[in-house]
Amino acid sequence: MDTENCFHCGNEIIKKDEIVFDEKKFCCNGCKTVYEIFSQNDLSCYYDFQSSPGATPQDIQGKYDFLDNEDIVNKLLEFQENATHIVSLYIPHIHCSSCIWILENLQKLQPGISTSQVNFGEKKVRVTFNPEQTTLKEIVYLLSSIGYEPYISLENFDEGKKKIDRSLIYKIGVAFFCFGNIMLLSFPEYFEVEEFWINQYRGFFRWLIFALSLPTFIYSASGYYVSAWKSMKSGLLNIDIPIALGIVVMFVRSTVDIIFDYGQGFFDSMAGLIFFMLLGKLFQQKTYDFLSFERDYKSYFPIAITKVLPNGTEESVQVYDIEKGDRLLIRNQELIPVDGILISEKASIDYSFVTGEAVLMEKKSGDKIFAGGKQMGKVIEMEVLFSVSQSYLTQLWSNDVFQKRVEQQHKTITDRISRYFTPALLALAVVSFVYWIFIDVTTAFNVFTAILIVACPCALALTAPFTLGNVLRILGNRKFYLKNALVVEQLAKVDTIVFDKTGTITTNKKTSITYEGTELKHSELKLLKNVLRGSNHPLSRRLYEFIPNQDKMETSNFEEIIGKGIFAEIDGNTIKLGSSQFLKTMTENTHKKTKVHLEINGVYKGSYVFNNQYRKGLEQLFDNLSKKYNLVVLSGDNDGERKILEKMLPSTACLVFNQKPEQKLGYIEQLQKEGKNVMMIGDGLNDAGALAQSNVGISISENVNVFSPACDGILDATQFDKIAFFMKYSKNAMKTIYMSFGLSLLYNVVGLSFAVTGELSPIVAAIIMPLSTITIVSFVTIMTNAFARSK
Amino acid sequence: MSVIYILITVSIFVAVLFLIAFIKAVRSGQYDDDYTPSVRMLFDDEIVKENPNKLIQTQTEKQKSI
Repeated sequence: MDTENCFHCGNEIIKKDEIVFDEKKFCCNGCKTVYEIFSQNDLSCYYDFQSSPGATPQDIQGKYDFLDNEDIVNKLLEFQENATHIVSLYIPHIHCSSCIWILENLQKLQPGISTSQVNFGEKKVRVTFNPEQTTLKEIVYLLSSIGYEPYISLENFDEGKKKIDRSLIYKIGVAFFCFGNIMLLSFPEYFEVEEFWINQYRGFFRWLIFALSLPTFIYSASGYYVSAWKSMKSGLLNIDIPIALGIVVMFVRSTVDIIFDYGQGFFDSMAGLIFFMLLGKLFQQKTYDFLSFERDYKSYFPIAITKVLPNGTEESVQVYDIEKGDRLLIRNQELIPVDGILISEKASIDYSFVTGEAVLMEKKSGDKIFAGGKQMGKVIEMEVLFSVSQSYLTQLWSNDVFQKRVEQQHKTITDRISRYFTPALLALAVVSFVYWIFIDVTTAFNVFTAILIVACPCALALTAPFTLGNVLRILGNRKFYLKNALVVEQLAKVDTIVFDKTGTITTNKKTSITYEGTELKHSELKLLKNVLRGSNHPLSRRLYEFIPNQDKMETSNFEEIIGKGIFAEIDGNTIKLGSSQFLKTMTENTHKKTKVHLEINGVYKGSYVFNNQYRKGLEQLFDNLSKKYNLVVLSGDNDGERKILEKMLPSTACLVFNQKPEQKLGYIEQLQKEGKNVMMIGDGLNDAGALAQSNVGISISENVNVFSPACDGILDATQFDKIAFFMKYSKNAMKTIYMSFGLSLLYNVVGLSFAVTGELSPIVAAIIMPLSTITIVSFVTIMTNAFARSK
Repeated sequence: MSVIYILITVSIFVAVLFLIAFIKAVRSGQYDDDYTPSVRMLFDDEIVKENPNKLIQTQTEKQKSI
């Protein structure tokens, strides 16, 4: 096979479709056109940054007609004034530097566009244009014609102007400013030399430091006070209580120290501590801007749809305005937004959003069609039965699971530790205070505050954010994207894994059937097809569809032996079709592949191989997982494949068929009531409920940029066989956290031994605090990377 | 009045200026996207290399006009 790739999109070129233009080879006319556009506009260095970066433009005739509707356009625009409009468009195809380059040079392709700016992380392009010279619709068409079709959905319509929360960065900036300056100003006093120079300016330095510490104390640390207050009110002891207590005590004692001239105070340690802890927070905040974990039906649905008015004219209407009885036009590739009845003669509908199965469903005039299907082929007309909010698919979202987004149902590992840590710390402080008060009252107060200062669980609080943040990053590099760091903890606790069948453990692509053996003559194919017509076995049906159409013939004798095969006589020929045992000519017995063997007139011809539609590495994955987890396969299909699955999967795996979306949700709920921690792995919208209900909902996706229901994590389909590794890795991550808790407690013990004896000097605190932080951070980083490498 | 007061005041003042500059930069959205600018800054050179003829042309035109 000649494997030449298209100059534009990099797809393999099929010889007969090849187009040669400008000495370059293209796979189709679309790719050639894009190249033409670019080369005419002097933009061909698009191809210099990355080889074959493009995508084939899709046919979008009429798809964006709704952009003529001014109301809709106004909703989409980010900013508008007389001569300047700004719009942000989400373009899933953005993936390399060539994309950035071409999209930032849009003004060369279309007059009226003044600038365009790409945000690579969010896969968005922000276009500024003059509405008198061009329109949003023209821009969208331009983008589509060069292979960068924007994705506009109902979600864009509803979302207001998003406010980006940058307060954490401000807080870090302020904390760092204060920390740095306080450190510099504290330096002279660290060495406690009694020099005239230092003694003279001591007061000035100390009060300056005090002033500098105020912004950190009041502004940067404010989040900890709020969180500590909240947790005290709800009666939980979380890690923020000792932190907030430590900070306040540090501040008060240091202030008292400088007022009565006892010493320089701990302002330096306090500012450093706040700065480091905020850094930890920032580290944990890693998000995948281009992925959305909170999707509901809105991100799947189009903004507007073509309505046919009674007088025959067409009009774009917003989907929310669709009413019962309206007639709608659905074009090729368009999503059906509401339930309705088909009026056109025929339609083939792809329900893969809903079921995950990419098999076209044929519908005839008068059939009911459901929201969520995608029309493939001709334009169809339908009559609306229910409005958007009442359609079957959208009703699923009104289930409670989607309504209550409980902030945090589970306690984090740090909170669990601090439940013991906080009381122990307070007890120690009080005991030491009582002990010292009989000896010396001043020292007693010193010891009491020193304990609270030194034990302020800075390292403890940093452990989890840095470990989990790093794990998140490592998993992201391996194409397993988690919503946030808490999911890693949840993942480690899982004991039951529920898989969806279609689209999850099977691939979405239709099974390919290949033939092995002596080539069949045309007449023989004809015989075979006619024999297969009589059989209802799933394999026969699939094979029947695979063989090209033939003339009809009557079988004279037909016998189907269940579980074995077919014996038939047709036109004077005898045909035997079925398993190897049935034919008896073959001795090989492979479980791995599904084969149908063929024998015509007693001569063995060969076999049809049904390439496994199950994902690569499925059996091994289940074998690995079954040792540690309860496995369940939930399927919306009938149990036609029960036998194959039972053979492939370990006997402990439980198979449940005929599950409707609500039943899947119920099944998960039932498992949870039995005290199980359930992880659900699914793909389609039909799993959305179950994904939301489960402790960890992972959505598997062939293309992570495009569609996935609301979930806690998105797994790239190619990484499916690595699930066992990910599970083990999450457990190792928790192990790392425990180990580093041990380390940080060790530091606390050292610090406390200074504190209890009343010898904690500011310089000791200033050394211990950053030292412990650095140790913890490097320890967890090394450990998580080491675990990631070990398979 | 010792010179130390002036020096420290100046140093803190400079530091505050930098803090304000940082906050302004964050507010203007410079820290929202930390990947694209790193790619963008490499582009201009490539375009110049791609169209050397045009550049020369415009340069000669300029020279003529002078």
